[in-house]
Amino acid sequence: MPTETVQDAAPQGQTYQAGVTPERVDKISAAAYRIRHHALNMGEVQGQGYVGQALGAADMLATVYGDQLRFRAEDPHWEARDRFLLSTGHYAIGHYAALAEAGIVPVQELETYGSDDSRLPMSGMSTYTPGMEISGGSLGHGLTIAVGMALGLRYQGSNARVFNFLSDGELDEGSTWEAAMGAHHHQLGNLTAMVDINALQADGKTDTVLRTEPVTEKWESFGWYTQRVDGNDVGALLAAFDNAAAQAAAVGRPSVILCDTKVGRGVPLLEEREKAHFMRIEEHEWQVCREQLTAGYEGKASA
Amino acid sequence: MSTTTTTATPAKPKLKTSAMIASFADPGQKTSSAPFGHALVKAAQENDRIVGLTADLGKYTDMHIFAQAFPERFFQMGMAEQLLFGAAAGLAETGLVPFASTYSVFAARRAYDFLCLDAAEPNLNVNIVGGLPGLTTGYGPSHQATEDMAIFRGMPNLTIVDPCDSVDIEQAVPQLAASEGPTYLRLLRGNVPTVLDEYGYTFELGKAKVLRGGNDVVFISSGLMTMRALQAAEALAAHNVDVAVVHTPTIKPFDAETVLAEINTGRLAVTLENHSVVGGLFETVASAVVTAGLGKRVVPVALPDQFLDAGALPTLHDRYGLATDRIVAKVLAELG
Repeated sequence: MPTETVQDAAPQGQTYQAGVTPERVDKISAAAYRIRHHALNMGEVQGQGYVGQALGAADMLATVYGDQLRFRAEDPHWEARDRFLLSTGHYAIGHYAALAEAGIVPVQELETYGSDDSRLPMSGMSTYTPGMEISGGSLGHGLTIAVGMALGLRYQGSNARVFNFLSDGELDEGSTWEAAMGAHHHQLGNLTAMVDINALQADGKTDTVLRTEPVTEKWESFGWYTQRVDGNDVGALLAAFDNAAAQAAAVGRPSVILCDTKVGRGVPLLEEREKAHFMRIEEHEWQVCREQLTAGYEGKASA
Repeated sequence: MSTTTTTATPAKPKLKTSAMIASFADPGQKTSSAPFGHALVKAAQENDRIVGLTADLGKYTDMHIFAQAFPERFFQMGMAEQLLFGAAAGLAETGLVPFASTYSVFAARRAYDFLCLDAAEPNLNVNIVGGLPGLTTGYGPSHQATEDMAIFRGMPNLTIVDPCDSVDIEQAVPQLAASEGPTYLRLLRGNVPTVLDEYGYTFELGKAKVLRGGNDVVFISSGLMTMRALQAAEALAAHNVDVAVVHTPTIKPFDAETVLAEINTGRLAVTLENHSVVGGLFETVASAVVTAGLGKRVVPVALPDQFLDAGALPTLHDRYGLATDRIVAKVLAELG
């Protein structure tokens, strides 16, 4: 049974469904804070980058890496691991931060982001980075590969789950819907898509570029177990991922978690800036961003 | 106002386009049924990592033979070629060896980005099986993959195989499965001629083979044009022209060493391919010749750089110069 839209951030002190304890929320909120901090540091090295996306998606990445994904940090190719497929290659900055948080990539290595000969190129590639399952970047590929992985794992008797991170812009691509149909047809119950709906694409707001709404109804009509949550509300994310995990099965409906997020989340300076796909940040602003991030996090944590 | 004459001339039977996949076997020729499907079943019996996929063209790519033998190892992806090859890459990521079939036009034109980035860049063992390569259907440009090799040759890591007959296909399939990295097989399906068994030939991935020697002319050919090359060589013998035939079923990586050794002689060198003159065997040979610094003329027998007509295959092969008679005439003209 799909749960309906939870559009707004949960008010302080809200209790979530059973199992979403304050301890889990605190743990993942702290991880999300560190991911944002890493992303700002990486962005500063390059003087630019997809920092806005990393900040927006940090809570999703923290939830999946910190709470859901089964992996061994010291053995990224462990056969029984769950797979996390980053379809949006340009979100690599956030993904690298999550990999560092997970202990798969050393934190010190993050400062090489986007530099020559780094294992952390601007667009994520499996051939460069441990823990990076696919080479994303050409949008609309991730879910098709995820379908094959889920089929292959099931055929080989594995109960590993496959998570595909995609963006709302990728819903423009026909291949995403080919894969959505295929996943339902083959009843890939261990497949979970997580869609970052930041309502922003390269040329502007999603609803001015190519209207994808109504997104919830689209996925439901494709036969997916569909939830839509505030993707910057850790408690809501944990609840949605718990729901998806509870109904995951070798044979069953694939699940999708539609996450409404805010570009630049956690840094008011960037949240309020005119939204841009590729955000420009002045040299002196990086420290301001970090301070705002920390102030916001500590303020919330102590509330 | 037109007048009609009543004196009917006995008309030649009108050739029809017939089925989507017309057989190019000559009447009475020895053939083998669905060699790809049977070879894949045999390979899968020995290698349990082999799986099969198709995009709603199982029956038309002989994949149905595999699907019947191994239903649990066969995945129907529907008429969705991007999904077909993205999923094939995903299956390979889990350690399986997928063979994914569709028509060559859809693999090369429609799904290129997925093959390139999801299979070739990570160098996965994804095996693309493309039906109707070159001019093997009379359905017109929507189905005639006249430039498939031109498209695919630019893809790093991809091995390209253009088999001549059932012998090539039967022997190639297990080698494609065993080789690392992605491959593209130009599929011949249905009743496929059996030709090379008479030449003491075995298929070796990456190798060109001299099928027959000859003092006056050397044919360098791939795919079904090797069959035509052998027929043309026989016919030219009647004109006292002695023709060697070198079969190069692997287009990439190309066995330049064997081919250049044969070309670097005083003989007339002719390439023969079931593909556009742009970007296929001829240009592969030409670049090898130039790179080696051989000042040698090479004559192409290939499809023209244009969208081809619809019609009956024999008509079209004659029209575009792939028919044996046309090859013979071209060689005789070259020899003056």
